Amino acid sequence: MASVLAPEIPAPGFSFENCQRNAFLDQKGFPAPKATKTGTTIVGIIYADGVILGADTRATENTVVSDKNCQKIHYLAGNMYCCGAGTAADTEMTTQTVASQLELQRLHTGRTVPVETAATLLKRMLFRYQGHIGAALVLGGVDRSGPHIYCIYPHGSVDKLPYATMGSGSLAAMAVFEARWKPDMSEEEGKKLVRDAIAAGIFNDLGSGSNVDLCVIRTTGPAQYLRTYEEANVKGKKQGSYRYPLGTTAVLRQRIIPLEVEAVSVRQVQPMDE
Amino acid sequence: MSWMNAPHSTGTSIMACEFEGGVVIGADSRTTTGAYIANRVTDKLTKITDHIYCCRSGSAADTQAIADIVTYHLNFHKMELGEPPLVQTAAAIFRELCYNYRDSLVAGILVAGWDKKKGGQIYSVPIGGMVQRQAVSIGGSGSSYVYGYVDANFKPNMSKEEAKKFVTNTLTLAMLRDGSSGGVVRLGVITETGVERLVILGDQLPKFYEG
Repeated sequence: MASVLAPEIPAPGFSFENCQRNAFLDQKGFPAPKATKTGTTIVGIIYADGVILGADTRATENTVVSDKNCQKIHYLAGNMYCCGAGTAADTEMTTQTVASQLELQRLHTGRTVPVETAATLLKRMLFRYQGHIGAALVLGGVDRSGPHIYCIYPHGSVDKLPYATMGSGSLAAMAVFEARWKPDMSEEEGKKLVRDAIAAGIFNDLGSGSNVDLCVIRTTGPAQYLRTYEEANVKGKKQGSYRYPLGTTAVLRQRIIPLEVEAVSVRQVQPMDE
Repeated sequence: MSWMNAPHSTGTSIMACEFEGGVVIGADSRTTTGAYIANRVTDKLTKITDHIYCCRSGSAADTQAIADIVTYHLNFHKMELGEPPLVQTAAAIFRELCYNYRDSLVAGILVAGWDKKKGGQIYSVPIGGMVQRQAVSIGGSGSSYVYGYVDANFKPNMSKEEAKKFVTNTLTLAMLRDGSSGGVVRLGVITETGVERLVILGDQLPKFYEG
């Protein structure tokens, strides 16, 4: 018998009591809710004096566009940004966790943190969770050894590349890079190439859409975050107006009903003190 | 997209071959996720110490993590020992990890290097976590196509140039027949003096019968 003095001790370990019910509901066509996964196009390139990251801004829940203008380029440190594809919550939390660790590292050492440090922290975290953290990342930044782009997959493998794409629109974006990327491009050329790669994702991949975000990180100075660098899908203007001109409907008769208002006022009366 | 969550693996052709004075290691450069080539210029020859390298095949995430851990252990070992670690020691650490975590790892590794005790050596650590010294060893999905070629053409105590040619030919043949191998051939020559790295681009690969 449970009482205040002798409380019933809950069974240790996991509880599986809802599993049978959930399986039954699933079978009846009521599945458990799924996490938001962003069908995405994210890219990064190295150019003459730094790196350029790019992303689209569409977030989806199955076929529904749940956010038309979300941010997929996340802050890591002053010299590093990270594009995220996959489960939105996971990309957000992993980048925030690592950003915090990087800031502590910077304060501790008093130096600009190398990009490889961020790549190592991210890959260790993702490998530890064996792919259950659904974060596919394109990490870009600059440090004393120059510009770097890393591709980090949900299972914790890492590729170091001069140009990278990720997400469902990665094939469309990679086609653009494979055709046009070359070493030591100018900033204008680089921005145009990244814009075109993201646009290829936006227009050719159903999971990607809306606007182009860019982030330019130069070896010479602070990062430049270009939120809504371009609206790829500007809404068209209506050619004509569907508004009726005043007086289109004829007034046949008029009747005015006077509204009688009965005013009631309530006065508060303070009870007298004894 | 299902391939986004598919474990990222290196359908691979890797090889290592002893020669007079050291070892030649080699690999293709393709990394795949399902049918998509995620990286066409991958470096599967990973440095462990100045004189020990490994050739990775299997899951990219698993083999990279194992290589990082072995590198850490050997650096520590080198500081305690005060001299370069043995290739055998590296192979033993690889085996320890691959055997203990055999249920959660997909990793087929060739450990190759040079040390003062036994010269050039190759140790194969296949999927279950066994270890075996071999004079020549091949691995990855592409290796099945070239066992015959290796058996027919391997000679003990080849010269450096002979060994480089033999590894290049074997890997080229494997890449041509295996769909999940391809790209360029990366080579490493490990001798007493250190490591010499080479890349053989697609248009410089040897030509074979193409039908």
